[in-house]
Amino acid sequence: MIEAVGLTKRYGDKTAVYNLSFQVRPGSVTGFLGPNGSGKSTTMRMILGLDNPTSGTVTIGGYPYRKLPNAPRQVGALLDAKAVHGGRAARSHLLSLAQLSGIPARRVDEVLRVVGLQDVAKKRSKGFSLGMGQRLGIAAALLGDPQVLLFDEPVNGLDPEGILWVRNLMKALAAEGRTVFVSSHLMSEMALTADHLIVIGRGQLLADMSVTDFISANSADFARVRTPDSEPQLREKLSSALTEAGGHVLPEQDGALRVTGLPLPRISDLAHEADVRLWELSPHQASLEEAYMRMTQGAVDYRSTIDQKAGLQQPLPPGAQPPMPVPGQGQPGWYAPPPPQQAGQPFTAPTPPSGPYGGAPAGAYGAPGAPGAPSAGAPNPYAAPAPQGQPPVAPAQPPAAAPAPAASAPAPADPTQPKDAR
Amino acid sequence: MAAVQVIRSEWTKIRSVASTVWTLSLTVVVTVALGTLISALSRSQYDRMPVRERLSFDPTVISFAGMTLGQLAMIVFGVLVVSNEYGTGTIRVSLAAVPQRGTFLFSKIAVAAALALAVGMVTGFAAFFLGQAMLGSLGTKIGEPGVLRAVIGSGLYMALIAMFSMGVAAMLRSAMLSLGILMPFFFLISNILGNVDATKKIGRYLPDQAGSRIMQVVPRIGDDTPYGPWGGLGIMVLWVIAALAGGYALLRKRDA
Amino acid sequence: MIELVGLTKRYGEKVAVDGLTFSVRPGIVTGFLGPNGAGKSTTMRMILGLDRPTAGDVRIDGRHYDQLKDPLTYIGALLDAKAVHGGRSAYHHLLCLAQSNGIPDRRVAEVLDTVGLTAVAKKKAKGFSYGMGQRLGIAAALLGDPQILMFDEPVNGLDPEGIHWIRNLMKSLAAQGRTVFVSSHLMSEMALTADHLVVIGQGRLLADTSMAGFIRQNSRSYVRIRSPQRERLVDVLHEAGITVVEAGGGTLEVEGGKAERIGELAARYGVVLHELSPQQASLEEAFMQLTAESVEYHAHAGPMEVPQDWGAGWKGA
Repeated sequence: MIEAVGLTKRYGDKTAVYNLSFQVRPGSVTGFLGPNGSGKSTTMRMILGLDNPTSGTVTIGGYPYRKLPNAPRQVGALLDAKAVHGGRAARSHLLSLAQLSGIPARRVDEVLRVVGLQDVAKKRSKGFSLGMGQRLGIAAALLGDPQVLLFDEPVNGLDPEGILWVRNLMKALAAEGRTVFVSSHLMSEMALTADHLIVIGRGQLLADMSVTDFISANSADFARVRTPDSEPQLREKLSSALTEAGGHVLPEQDGALRVTGLPLPRISDLAHEADVRLWELSPHQASLEEAYMRMTQGAVDYRSTIDQKAGLQQPLPPGAQPPMPVPGQGQPGWYAPPPPQQAGQPFTAPTPPSGPYGGAPAGAYGAPGAPGAPSAGAPNPYAAPAPQGQPPVAPAQPPAAAPAPAASAPAPADPTQPKDAR
Repeated sequence: MAAVQVIRSEWTKIRSVASTVWTLSLTVVVTVALGTLISALSRSQYDRMPVRERLSFDPTVISFAGMTLGQLAMIVFGVLVVSNEYGTGTIRVSLAAVPQRGTFLFSKIAVAAALALAVGMVTGFAAFFLGQAMLGSLGTKIGEPGVLRAVIGSGLYMALIAMFSMGVAAMLRSAMLSLGILMPFFFLISNILGNVDATKKIGRYLPDQAGSRIMQVVPRIGDDTPYGPWGGLGIMVLWVIAALAGGYALLRKRDA
Repeated sequence: MIELVGLTKRYGEKVAVDGLTFSVRPGIVTGFLGPNGAGKSTTMRMILGLDRPTAGDVRIDGRHYDQLKDPLTYIGALLDAKAVHGGRSAYHHLLCLAQSNGIPDRRVAEVLDTVGLTAVAKKKAKGFSYGMGQRLGIAAALLGDPQILMFDEPVNGLDPEGIHWIRNLMKSLAAQGRTVFVSSHLMSEMALTADHLVVIGQGRLLADTSMAGFIRQNSRSYVRIRSPQRERLVDVLHEAGITVVEAGGGTLEVEGGKAERIGELAARYGVVLHELSPQQASLEEAFMQLTAESVEYHAHAGPMEVPQDWGAGWKGA
């Protein structure tokens, strides 16, 4: 059990972590999410007693890390895969750690086997790939057979087999009643691994709940409905019947309908009443990524924008660039305007059902938070030689969102210094 | 692939890293300062020198005395220009941008050599004039026979030392390895070989010994060196060509 | 278009890439998958003319890489995020590359803006995080506005916003008719991004197929059904010769992709369905199935055996 109470860390006048209180309970995998620079690493370092909190406390099993009796046998952590002396062999590295905390040498060979490094145990870690370094770091974390485990980005550099292995390892550790706390940027991976989530943004707690609750709270579930391909009129008929009954219907790329606001049995009944046969009626939950994006969109440090390519247009010698196969040929611009339904801010779309991840390729080239993708149907906006009459309008934020920086800021508009730039 | 583009790119590369500035300024400062100091010392010691040494007293060479140490900074410059690409893995990005490996290597070397030549010339002239000022009545003038040749030669020598280092670094790729070989070679081994009678005959064909002949104005007594100032520089050029050819051959052959 | 014909690379005795023949076509995102040590990076280096093939041939738009004039305007690649001189600023790193290929200088500021690094453009690259290095590498790939893009593990080190961005970037590049070739170890990420897959294992081609086809061939698909009239539905399906399996929680499962047929049958016999969802295995499962034999490093104890194994040797001591 890890418990943080009012945890705060300031570096000078920059607040990295502010008043963070949470518990990481044993028996489940708890995911720790947040954008770059949100204070995840600082929090992890404070848990391990590497950084001192400015105020507040964090304890493991009731003790601050530094007062923990025989800490290496109780807590194992993977913070940085490359934190190994490059000239030392994998086995010597583990052996020196084991000797520090009175763990017998044969345990070293055990963990090397567990992580699959037994064949390279005598090799210097300098020649290790990122994935091998990661396995060595995991071996070090497992060394003391600890009840509490912390992993920072554990699947970095691993191949699919390694990723699957780490995922199952973490689940198995939790199933044995251990406390497993994992940070990751890979939402799809987290969705498969974690049971519980702690989400922070700009050093503050944004959410502390189960994965399923988190997804439901931050996005809408929907139903996918498909009617016989051969009879498009059935699709229209069903679409209007569902809309009439209060549902919200959006077409998907492959011809299916995405329906929100109606339970599956009701859709089934409505289809029956309208005499429409169904080829598919499946429940879907939005992805963890979508839910996460909605929640943290105000707390992102680095933003990508649309590629303007003005710099490439004139000076190129004739014929150097093959013509672009974009719709809207003949325009000097390089990118086509986004298709109608994807225009606008993906995350701030006023109607939750228009989830931006629903398989349709997003037309907008920019990342969320980029200048509002130009309105549908407008001529290629990037071709305009001068700024258009209308400046991009920062769309209204949904109430659930954290206060967002000016949506049109192309670069870190974040008042707090980005972590990476330190 | 226009070589002009690549040369422009290499110029941007070389001026955008701090190591260029500090290695080259160190070259100038060390060579000039040490040369000035030794010139001043020589003047005060002249009266106590044996006659034999007084006869072969060469004020031009004295003012270039700092070069023994200053050239080491030039070697670091030459090595880093090439090995930086390998140490950081930038070589893959660079070769993907310029797949013609010859164009890539020789543009890089041309830019770095031009810069080294400019810095070498500045160093040579500064060391000469400051040295002569310190030597006072013992000094010589730029208009004396062979002196201008020696001063310009010192700049050429610096540029060639840098190019030789680039060739070696292109062969060895690692900065540590290249410096580990070049530094002791020029600072110790070459000196030892050149000063021990048994090995003198071989030692004088080494690049630095042959090349530095161009800076001599007054011949040493009993000097039986079989080449003249330009002949010596020619020998050094052959060394440079060999090093660069080796570097190019390996770059062409190797996987990046 | 990238074309490989019989591409082979040997290092001494070891064969890294063994007779690879495939094409990467424009207009789609092609995923390049394989376990560690399968030869993905070697293949990518050979495409860029960095490594010389032992045998075989690779061509970019019909030409060898070193025959391309200003290659960055044909093909942009992200190979290694850390391939930057630490003492050089992001801006200068890109400027060197732009100048070497005759790309106008102001394009540098543009791509920096695109990847969101404008604010740190003048900072030395050694202070960059992995994610920032990755963005810089992507900027370098986009510099020449090339028709072909190649990315090796592009999402490494990026945060979720960055991952989402790069995914949409790749899709939109493909939608513009460009060729996008991307390697990744993250199957869940690939499943969202790629349209086509090239899978290699131990240097040999294992699959070159569409994403849907790959999953279909390498894993089980089934249809999950829920209905208030379960008994009747089972009878109807049985009558039609479809095997139904009880799957707990009141759901039924039918092997294969027969959703359409079941829907039609249910409509004909007036059976109400509350769910009719075709289920597919994940790309990861399919991948594991295919490459099971060509993995280099195996973690030994399987996940469920771990508990018994652990500390058994010393706990008692």
